[in-house]
Order: sequence, then structure tokens, then C-alpha cells
Amino acid sequence: MKSAEELLSTRSGHQKWAPLLDVAIREVFELMLGEQLTVTGDPPPHPQPAITAMVGLAGQVCGVMSIRCGLPVATRMASKMLGAEPAPGSPEIQDAFGEICNMVAGNFKNKIAGLGDKCMLSVPTVITGSDYSLRSLADSDTVETTLLFQGMPFAVSLEIHS
Amino acid sequence: MSGISALIVDDSSTMRKIVERSLRSAGLPLTAVFEAGNGVEALGLLKENRVDLILCDINMPVMDGLEFVKQVSGVENAKGVPVVMITTEGSESHVVQALSCGARGYIRKPFTPDQVKEHVISLLAGKL
Repeated sequence: MKSAEELLSTRSGHQKWAPLLDVAIREVFELMLGEQLTVTGDPPPHPQPAITAMVGLAGQVCGVMSIRCGLPVATRMASKMLGAEPAPGSPEIQDAFGEICNMVAGNFKNKIAGLGDKCMLSVPTVITGSDYSLRSLADSDTVETTLLFQGMPFAVSLEIHS
Repeated sequence: MSGISALIVDDSSTMRKIVERSLRSAGLPLTAVFEAGNGVEALGLLKENRVDLILCDINMPVMDGLEFVKQVSGVENAKGVPVVMITTEGSESHVVQALSCGARGYIRKPFTPDQVKEHVISLLAGKL
């Protein structure tokens, strides 16, 4: 297990986060939703209406973890977590989607030696709608991956501020 | 086998449902499940209700799980009731801190129902 110091030590270090992020995402979906994710070479989706969940990281590593996808995809994820289909527009969809982001961020953090105590997570924030864009601080590197959940794309992004 | 009542403390309603489902899939004879969204709500519930088991998140608004564990031992209805932390905070120091505050078990999210069963069954051995 690499430490945060090792991963932050080189200019290209942030790209070394990618495999850890990938494992962190897959574990959450396999253990909590019972789903195997598949990889896609497609670019990140820009669905309308969209939903984005964010969790902030602060401390030795500062940044924002975010997950975004179309509302129908998030609804399907929520139904897998809840064991029942939530009603359209139900706050349960946002709650479940935010919790997925929280677990991915926490699981990612726990995969980096020594980071657990030196990096705090914020509570999740969830945005839904059909016309918004999300932009974190300019001074950041981004690691982004697009995966398929039941054949539907969703993107996970980690912006790390230097 | 006697019935078991549990209190699940988490600010996510989704997680509360998942934890309850995990307890049921572990075969526990649940007679009552109480839910709270933070430590303050949980302490309030425990003043009025007795439970056999508490499962508690750490990162919550209003009162977090560590503060709740510290305070819960002072609630008459909760004396001797085992508290298991279920949280994304997985560092060794968080585990040590939780256990020193009085928690009896620690489960990291993401988790499987079997992990919940493993932690809970041993804590409830005298009641099952």
C-alpha cells in the first residue's frame, strides 16, 4: 500500500490514484449493490436531467470526489441499495446516491497508507437538475473514470488540489 | 430464541435500511428496530426505549458517533448495551478511538451482511 507522500511526490503522481479509485468504486458497488461494473472507453456522460454527488476531502489530500450520471441511472442504483424502487423524485434517490459517493471517497482514502487520520471527508452534497455545471478550484489535477452500471454510464471524478 | 431490539443511528436513511436488512439476513429475531439520524436523536430515543444492540455511524451532523458512544453509557436504558460502529472512517486510530470511547465493534463501509452478522452474533450471544 502506497502512502499519500509517495503518491503526491511526483508531478504525475495524481495519475497513480486512478487504480486505487477504480478498486474503491468497484468494491462499493460489489459489496453494497451486488453489481459488477464494466469498463467503457466512452467519454464521461452528460445526461439531462443529471445528478451529481460530491464529497470534499480536506487535510493532507485536499479535493473533491464526485459521481455523476443521469437521474434514471441513479434511481436504479438507489433501488438496488434500498431493495425497492423509490418513487420518482423521492429524496431516497439523493440520499442513496450521496451515500455511494461517501463510501467511494472513504474506501479510496482507506487504501492510501497513513491517510486515514490526515484526511477528513465532508458530508455528501447532491445536486440534481437539467442545467448546471460543476467546477472545482482551478488549481487541480483530475482523475476521472467512466464505468457502466447495468450497461448505463456514470462518471467518477477525483479533483486533487496541489 | 428471544426477540432482539436494535437502534440504528446513521444520517443516511438508505444506510439505516441496509443495516436493518443485514441484521434480518443474519437471522436475528428482530422485534423492534428504532432509527435515529444523529447522536442527539438516538439519546432521546434511548430515554424512552430499551434496546439490545446499537449500530452507529461516526460522521453525522449535530452529534457524531464518537460523542454519542461517550454519552450513551450515561443513559440508564442503554447501560451494558453493545455499540457497533459502522463507518467509512477506517483508519486504525479511528478504530482505537471508537473502542476507547466504549464501542464494542467496528465495521468499515462498504460491508457485507456476513460482516454484520459476524460482529453482532457474538455480542448478543447471551440473548440468543
